[in-house]
Amino acid sequence: MTMIFGVPLAVFMGQLLLGLINGAFYALLSLGLAVIFGLLKIVNFAHGAMYMLGAFATLLGMRYLGINYWAALLLAPLVVGLFGMLLERTMLRRIAHLDHLYGLLLTFGLALIFEGTLVNFFGVSGARYPTPEALQGGFQTGFMFLPTYRAWVLVAAIVVCFFTWYMIERTRLGAYLRAGTENPALMQAFGVNVPLLITLTYGFGVALAAFAGVLAAPLYPVSPTMGSNLLIVVFAVVVIGGMGSILGAVLTGLGMGLIEGLTKVYYPEAANTVIFLVMILVLLTRPAGLFGKEA
Amino acid sequence: MSATQTLTPSMKRQRRADMRRNVFYLVLIGIGLVAPFVAYPVFLMKVLCFALFACAFNLLLGYAGLLSFGHAAFLAIGGYVTGYLLSSHPALTPELGILAGTLAAVALGAVFGALSIRRQGIYFAMVTLALAQLVFFVFVQSPFTGGEDGLHGVPRGDLFGVISLRSNLAMYYFVFAIFLFGFAIIQRAVHSPYGQVLKAIRENEPRAVSLGYNVDAYKWVAFVLSAGLAGLAGSTKTVVFQLASLTDAHWHMSGEVILMTLLGGVGTLFGPVVGAGIVVSLQHLLAQSPLGNWVGPILGVIFVICVLSFRSGIVGEILKSYRKNFK
Amino acid sequence: MTFIKKTLTSSIALAAATLMATGAQAEMSDGEIRIGYLADMSGTYRDLAGPGGLEALRMAVEDVGGSINGAPIEVFSADDRNSADVGANTVREWFDTRNVDLVAGLVASSVTIAATRVIEENNGLGIVSGSAASSITNEHCTPNHIHWVYDTYPLANGTAKAIVDQGGDTWFMLTADYAFGHALEGDVTRVVEENGGEVVGGVRHPFPTDDFSSYILQAQGSGAKIIGLANAGADTVNAINTASQFGVVQSGQQLAGLLVFLNDVYAMGLETTQGLLLTTGWYWNMDEEAREWAERYYERVGRMPTMVQAGIYSSTKHYLDTVAELGTDDPVAVRAALGEKPINDFFSRNGRVREDGRMVHDMFLAEVKSPEASEHEWDLYEILATIPAEEAYRPLSESQCQLVQN
Repeated sequence: MTMIFGVPLAVFMGQLLLGLINGAFYALLSLGLAVIFGLLKIVNFAHGAMYMLGAFATLLGMRYLGINYWAALLLAPLVVGLFGMLLERTMLRRIAHLDHLYGLLLTFGLALIFEGTLVNFFGVSGARYPTPEALQGGFQTGFMFLPTYRAWVLVAAIVVCFFTWYMIERTRLGAYLRAGTENPALMQAFGVNVPLLITLTYGFGVALAAFAGVLAAPLYPVSPTMGSNLLIVVFAVVVIGGMGSILGAVLTGLGMGLIEGLTKVYYPEAANTVIFLVMILVLLTRPAGLFGKEA
Repeated sequence: MSATQTLTPSMKRQRRADMRRNVFYLVLIGIGLVAPFVAYPVFLMKVLCFALFACAFNLLLGYAGLLSFGHAAFLAIGGYVTGYLLSSHPALTPELGILAGTLAAVALGAVFGALSIRRQGIYFAMVTLALAQLVFFVFVQSPFTGGEDGLHGVPRGDLFGVISLRSNLAMYYFVFAIFLFGFAIIQRAVHSPYGQVLKAIRENEPRAVSLGYNVDAYKWVAFVLSAGLAGLAGSTKTVVFQLASLTDAHWHMSGEVILMTLLGGVGTLFGPVVGAGIVVSLQHLLAQSPLGNWVGPILGVIFVICVLSFRSGIVGEILKSYRKNFK
Repeated sequence: MTFIKKTLTSSIALAAATLMATGAQAEMSDGEIRIGYLADMSGTYRDLAGPGGLEALRMAVEDVGGSINGAPIEVFSADDRNSADVGANTVREWFDTRNVDLVAGLVASSVTIAATRVIEENNGLGIVSGSAASSITNEHCTPNHIHWVYDTYPLANGTAKAIVDQGGDTWFMLTADYAFGHALEGDVTRVVEENGGEVVGGVRHPFPTDDFSSYILQAQGSGAKIIGLANAGADTVNAINTASQFGVVQSGQQLAGLLVFLNDVYAMGLETTQGLLLTTGWYWNMDEEAREWAERYYERVGRMPTMVQAGIYSSTKHYLDTVAELGTDDPVAVRAALGEKPINDFFSRNGRVREDGRMVHDMFLAEVKSPEASEHEWDLYEILATIPAEEAYRPLSESQCQLVQN
């Protein structure tokens, strides 16, 4: 058997694939964060809570309204996205003119509220969401047994990431968005409704997080705290990729998934920490992140 | 002609303000001295430790304009070093243990500061967060911290080898003295020429640079000072509660100290003290009430209200209305 | 030693009896018996002990009539939020301001170790029902606390031994990377090797971990017959779920959950957990006596009790009965008297409290039923074997507790 640093090749390949699947979650979440940061300049601390709300919307939708997984894939991001827009309209807008750190603090408070409230109703043990029937089981890939659902997560995440990238880089709406990021005042003068653009952007970013939440529901226990520890990892991903860089967020997300996957093989105790180490190294050498523009 | 008549009106006003301030300080110290006879001393000590922690944090955010999201690391390292030394060397007196813990925090702060100080705004917050996460990992892995179990049964010992701190009252006055010491350092730093330069940097960094100040060095000193005082708070806390645990190192603690400072008033001397007092009291009161499970959401609501409509915090708002109405 | 202790205890009991004659109420400190219940009321261990445990404690208080010799029994509780800080401070405050007589509950091991230090300092009494770490009555033992329900030693002893005996002789360990996980891993490794098995590999995962896919894949690659889970709570649940997604059982490997509670099995469902071997201190459906109490509990709480919740009732009831017998709630006297009598009730079989504070009693090896074999919602285990009290726990000859003279 071929060995790579003492690990059989098959196991090594399997770990890379799993790392990539986890990376897909990082990519989706950091993409949303990057989109929000790009236009609003806010570090959205509530992003993990939105991911969690997406998963809860899926779970509760099935439990009380009989909404199945496929419908939830569309409805949960929509509902959470609308909720995000409401938050933007009623709260974030009021502090938009202030130091951006206040945005971070406000969303931090919001995250505390959402998580804490749900803990009181659902506890933290986490509920299980069944894998949709069509995606149950798995197949042999030659080097590992791959559950179908995980393969689906990877495909779905990459498709959504590509769609988002395309929309921002290749469409008129995306052009407004990018221009709004560069110079909102000028855009306003050209007759673009910038406040609406901001609301939609926040809603969209949050919806991406909720979409990741729906994907996560059958994989991980659905619990109110599921987003909180993931969040700071995703922050690190965004910072490494370069704040506000769309492509950077996606590529870094997938890349960090791989690095984390390898750490789980060679030094598993550090799996939760390795990304922060990478982040420090990157920031010391490239202060604006791997894909960010120097200010 | 007496001497007072030669003073200009503005000097007179200054002198009156100084006097008022001194009376105010004396009253507060007086309250601090009688407090343990009115309230539960251990609770008061907790308030004082967190107040010192928040004051240290505020030195950085309020006077240097740097939002650190990793201050838990300093609180924790102070606590762990003190706890470890006092547990493993029974002959060591508590004040030396606290000194060692504080120095460890200073050393860590010097490294963190050197790595992060060139970054600004959100990048600074993120670098400090990442560094604190690395430190958290070290704490989980190192044998000397007791990992997830933490350090327990740290002896309070005899202060200077003479005064037993086993009594809560003796311990309280020691903590109160430490708090006053830490507060005085911050007060002196803020009102010194050094503090003025710091404020100038916060207001307009390019101008400070063009005036020839070594901006990075000023910020670095503030960072190290803040880290050291946070470590002092952590060390003291360990001696009071006789334990050190990962709770202090977790990033939630870094968030909590921001809340305390924000609630009380960023950039005011007393704001963090008031903020820490309120947050600790809330946690304390709620924990043993039917609302115990709602501590998180309630703190969250306070956070949101503070940011939306209360940005100068309680002390900040009071100062504002005082200035408006009495000057 | 035993002789001296016996004489000492009987003289205390005698003194107590004499005093009882002169006026019992005077012997209850402050004329009240105060029980503080400290547990995780909102976090990971909420379902294990939490509010249900408080209800069990209240049942015990009601069953002795709410007062003893005219001294009312007061119960208060606090959420330790699984933080050693919060736990220790709460207990300290209970001693300083409320004169607590018994600290009950005590779940997360780190909280327990911190809290028992405070109890020792104040010379009070604590009965630990929820914690797993065997170190609580080993290197962390104090004369002021008793560990009632279970610990990691019999878990390894029961489950690991049974599995090796059934032919599961190669193990891969998934260990939570902190003291409790390391201890359990050590205990399991010892038992497996003593019985002729071998631990072929293992991985220490960060605590807590959501995604176990990578570790399960490593376990699959190891070729071991058994994947041992030296973790607890949500980590165990996640690992078992992930293993089921990756078809671990179908590919011929078996899982050994070393610390799995009734509420975990209930939450995961029988489909996922069937066939899992586990060791438990008590099971609600194990016999008539147990069932009777469990049904009373079910009527009040709406869930079947875990072994921890049953243990909270059992320990509190024994405490209160002892206080009634002695006519005093003096912690030293009560602790000594508890060490003198056999502990038998619906919960404990062949139980006794040893000098290190360990309450040893029969433990049970159980298997999780298949969905077909389960008759109703809470019909989850089948009891396979009894592990006698004296074999289940760490023998005193191996003890590092300073209260034990070796």
